[in-house]
Amino acid sequence: MSDAEFHDDGEGEGAEPEILTLPLDAWHRARGGRMVPFAGYHMPVQYEGIMAEHLWTRDSAGLFDVSHMGQLTISGEGVADALEALVPGDISALKPGRMRYSLLLNEEGGILDDLMITNAGDHLYLVVNGAVKWDDIAHLREELPDNITLNHGDDLALLALQGPKAVDALADIGVAPAQDGGPGVRDLVFMQAAPMVWRGVALGVSRSGYTGEDGYEISLSADAAEQFADALCAYDAVKPCGLGARDSLRLEAGLPLYGHDLDEGTDPVEGDLAFAISKRRREDGGFPGAGRILAAIANGPQRKRVGFAVEGRQPVREGAPVFAGAVQVGHITSGGFAPSVGAPIAMGYVASDALSGPLEAEVRGKRIALSVTAMPFVPHRYVRKGV
Amino acid sequence: MPRYFTQDHEWIDVDGDSATVGITDYAQGQLGDVVFVEVPDAGRVVAKGDDAAVVESVKAASDVYAPVSGTVIEGNSGLDADPSLVNSAPEGDGWFFRMALSDPSELEGLMDAAAYQTYVDSL
Repeated sequence: MSDAEFHDDGEGEGAEPEILTLPLDAWHRARGGRMVPFAGYHMPVQYEGIMAEHLWTRDSAGLFDVSHMGQLTISGEGVADALEALVPGDISALKPGRMRYSLLLNEEGGILDDLMITNAGDHLYLVVNGAVKWDDIAHLREELPDNITLNHGDDLALLALQGPKAVDALADIGVAPAQDGGPGVRDLVFMQAAPMVWRGVALGVSRSGYTGEDGYEISLSADAAEQFADALCAYDAVKPCGLGARDSLRLEAGLPLYGHDLDEGTDPVEGDLAFAISKRRREDGGFPGAGRILAAIANGPQRKRVGFAVEGRQPVREGAPVFAGAVQVGHITSGGFAPSVGAPIAMGYVASDALSGPLEAEVRGKRIALSVTAMPFVPHRYVRKGV
Repeated sequence: MPRYFTQDHEWIDVDGDSATVGITDYAQGQLGDVVFVEVPDAGRVVAKGDDAAVVESVKAASDVYAPVSGTVIEGNSGLDADPSLVNSAPEGDGWFFRMALSDPSELEGLMDAAAYQTYVDSL
């Protein structure tokens, strides 16, 4: 039997050939995590099994270590305007305590990375993909004006607690507002963030994540990460979950993974991410590749990222070509078995003029019928209003 | 019925000139939840080491190799309906295919159960 290693990102390799360890490395191993190289780090792909962890997260709460991601702060006079020169989002309209999904773009409008931007009051807090974080940091340092200060929080851990019971778990272990009168765990809504505290440990908490479920992302000192992860996993509803489940959850949620579903050769319109180009920015332009991107919005993209339901039981995976009859019209960028759907699903790029006809993927010489399907495959359950 | 093992974690049960092939319990544990299996059709001729079947977990597809040369007699149709048999009964009902051996001397290069266990312990 051939090895079935978890796919590494591939992105950003060469620059960082040495495989690094995360703050929770020993914690993962002690809990039975199977460690694989990913984005330049040893990371847990699974503990008890991808299927079980995936379903546990949808029903209860899964704890994911995403400390490989880059946590950056940028600050200085006019920082929001300065960042707007590099991303297509309306950052100057982002209120304190609010966060937004955005894209770092190159001059051709290609996607260098996707990222989360939070207005943390006196600075902007960015979370970027682990596999390309060194490139992102270099790009930001190069492109931002000299008066803007960039800090890489490489002494921080980042944990994602995802699932319908995440809110109770986080509140019940005693996570509280950092300031009197500030929002607590239950007060936050989707894409809102606030400073909190737990047993004297400062936490940056946001109600966000990449699984389609309600949940939180918690930034904290690497030194306190084990103690905090232990406290969460002592809570009955919480189990540690690995990269494997994170990937199948985000695929079901229709969320693209950088380096697979998005890359430098893809613009946001092709990537079905036009929602990330704010109204004011569409009117004013002034972001990299604005000409190409605004034309694609007006005229429609040549090709587009879409979701596919896959006929039968056989998974269709990344790299599989997509055909309309004899003609290749696209390819799969992510695919696999979807535990909550109970069937294989995929996403990929297809020429816009082929989208209305019948499509097939080719796997090991065999054609498998695809149907273009609205994403998400599993409804999002974000909490958008306070309860 | 002697059972042999390969370094690629296939097992082969030999009964005269024919044999049954599957993957080991260790292999299924490494794969995780099996969601699809593609077994070879009857009549397919395989050489030792050829790709003979494919097993797909949630994450990835892996090839299963022919432990020895021969001709496929049948694939396990039970895996179409229930691929998780590979997880629950890897060395029983989760078998992959039966084959007629063309060169039984190839079995001499394979491991017995004790040698395979030692090999797995070393991984």
